Amino acid sequence: METINYQNFRIEAENICVDYNGKVALYDANLRLKPGQICGLVGMNGAGKTTFFNALTGFVNISKGKIRINGESVRSAQKDQTIAYVPQNEGIDSQFPISVWDVVMMGRYGSMNIFRSPRESDVQAVKDAIERVDLTDHLSTPIGNLSGGQRKRTFLARAIAQRASILLLDEPFSGVDIRTEKLISELFIQFKNEGKTILLSTHDMIHVREFCDLVLLINKTVVAYGETSEVFTPENITTTFGGISPDFLFGPES
Amino acid sequence: MELCSFLTLDSFITDPLTHDFMRKALLMSSLVAAVCGFLSSYLTLKGWALMGDAVSHSVMPGVVVAYALGLPFSLGAFIFGVGSVALIGFIKQKSRVKEDTVIGLVFTGFFALGIVLVSKIKSNIDLHSILFGSPLGISLSDVKQTIFISLLVVILLSIFRKDLMLYCFDPRHAKTVGINVFFLHYLLLTCLSLAAVVGLQSVGIILVVAMLITPGATAYLLTDKFDNMTVISVLSAIFSSLIGIYVSFWFDLETGGSIVLAQTFIFLFAFLFAPRYGIFKLKKLFAGYK
Repeated sequence: METINYQNFRIEAENICVDYNGKVALYDANLRLKPGQICGLVGMNGAGKTTFFNALTGFVNISKGKIRINGESVRSAQKDQTIAYVPQNEGIDSQFPISVWDVVMMGRYGSMNIFRSPRESDVQAVKDAIERVDLTDHLSTPIGNLSGGQRKRTFLARAIAQRASILLLDEPFSGVDIRTEKLISELFIQFKNEGKTILLSTHDMIHVREFCDLVLLINKTVVAYGETSEVFTPENITTTFGGISPDFLFGPES
Repeated sequence: MELCSFLTLDSFITDPLTHDFMRKALLMSSLVAAVCGFLSSYLTLKGWALMGDAVSHSVMPGVVVAYALGLPFSLGAFIFGVGSVALIGFIKQKSRVKEDTVIGLVFTGFFALGIVLVSKIKSNIDLHSILFGSPLGISLSDVKQTIFISLLVVILLSIFRKDLMLYCFDPRHAKTVGINVFFLHYLLLTCLSLAAVVGLQSVGIILVVAMLITPGATAYLLTDKFDNMTVISVLSAIFSSLIGIYVSFWFDLETGGSIVLAQTFIFLFAFLFAPRYGIFKLKKLFAGYK
């Protein structure tokens, strides 16, 4: 097991900008996360949450700024399997003819040989990961036959099998059942104790208060960033959502 | 084989085999079908049907120019196939025109160029065989090229089988774990161009896209496992080629059209009777609820 230095930054994003053919999606965004930290990424649709994820994984190139993952480039983070991305349920083709086992095995591809033939250790990692998300009864089930929650757990298992130290989760709680929500919450606590760094986007304000040590409010750029207790104020949330009050957005109980 | 009960099954199958050109046509078309069927799984899952149509039409001027210059026709076809895709990407990026429009206008442009070139370049190019295929008149040098290209595509697809599946399924994850998505994108395009080149000999430029999507679509209705999908796709492609050639032999029909029609019928059969995703399965389900 590698030893974790809790003082070093896992993620350092400095003044990053992303534009798609001249259209600015994100500008001057900053983020610094250490091991064991869980950070919520909050913003409207189109505020640049997915773009932020894409920049961190290297799926899109940044036009300005700097990203360091464990002090190294995004490219070497990809090679080291450092980052795992758990997509939104809507972001995947659920009719793709593939089983739970095959999806989770994809978490191991990056560290396999060119033919992606699984070794004993890969098989074990996949088994363990599937067990942790409680899908052992569904090993060979096609993902099209799973519920939304089970599908979410499948992709979470893929991230576990990858043994990534940074987890990026796009709306992990949307469209899942209570059981999955509980399981994901428990996993988050385990991940935190294992020293993993988690960045999750969410629409649900309750989840931010419940899990996130830090919160990053964005609207094309950073509106506010810091400890959830300090930054996650009604004023900041209102600014993030373009002047609409949180009461109106999420109901008075939140 | 009921449809030709006036023949015995035996002679239906063996009589054509006494002709050298028929043996060659059956063998080569099966090979081509297998290659296209293999690729077909990826194209249907990636949603590249229109791209397949574009590439296969765009190879036309390449074939004509290559023939005129005495080069292997596959070389010309390949250059124009990949070139068309590059051009589509370029125009899409530099203009506000929507992608499907760009694809449509680029491939028809290339195709038109090919037709104009045929009329201008006086040579022994048989327009009919390019457009509609000529599996029965395939030459020896074409046979060698076809075997070479087919093997190349099969080897490439076999090596990168799982990476391509991941690329079709979740390119973002592929990129995140350090797999070269750019390479896979162009690998799939290259295989598409090459498969279009060999496929056009069987069924011609106009229908080759059917070879690239119909077997995959049929297989998609029949299974939930990717590996099975590939196998079913390949087998149904080979089977349709054999049926198409036999039927065209016995009933004196256009061969390329017969092959594609056979594929279409197999698809319709799956569409109606697939155990899980067929129409009649659904009907039974609804009846059960009432």
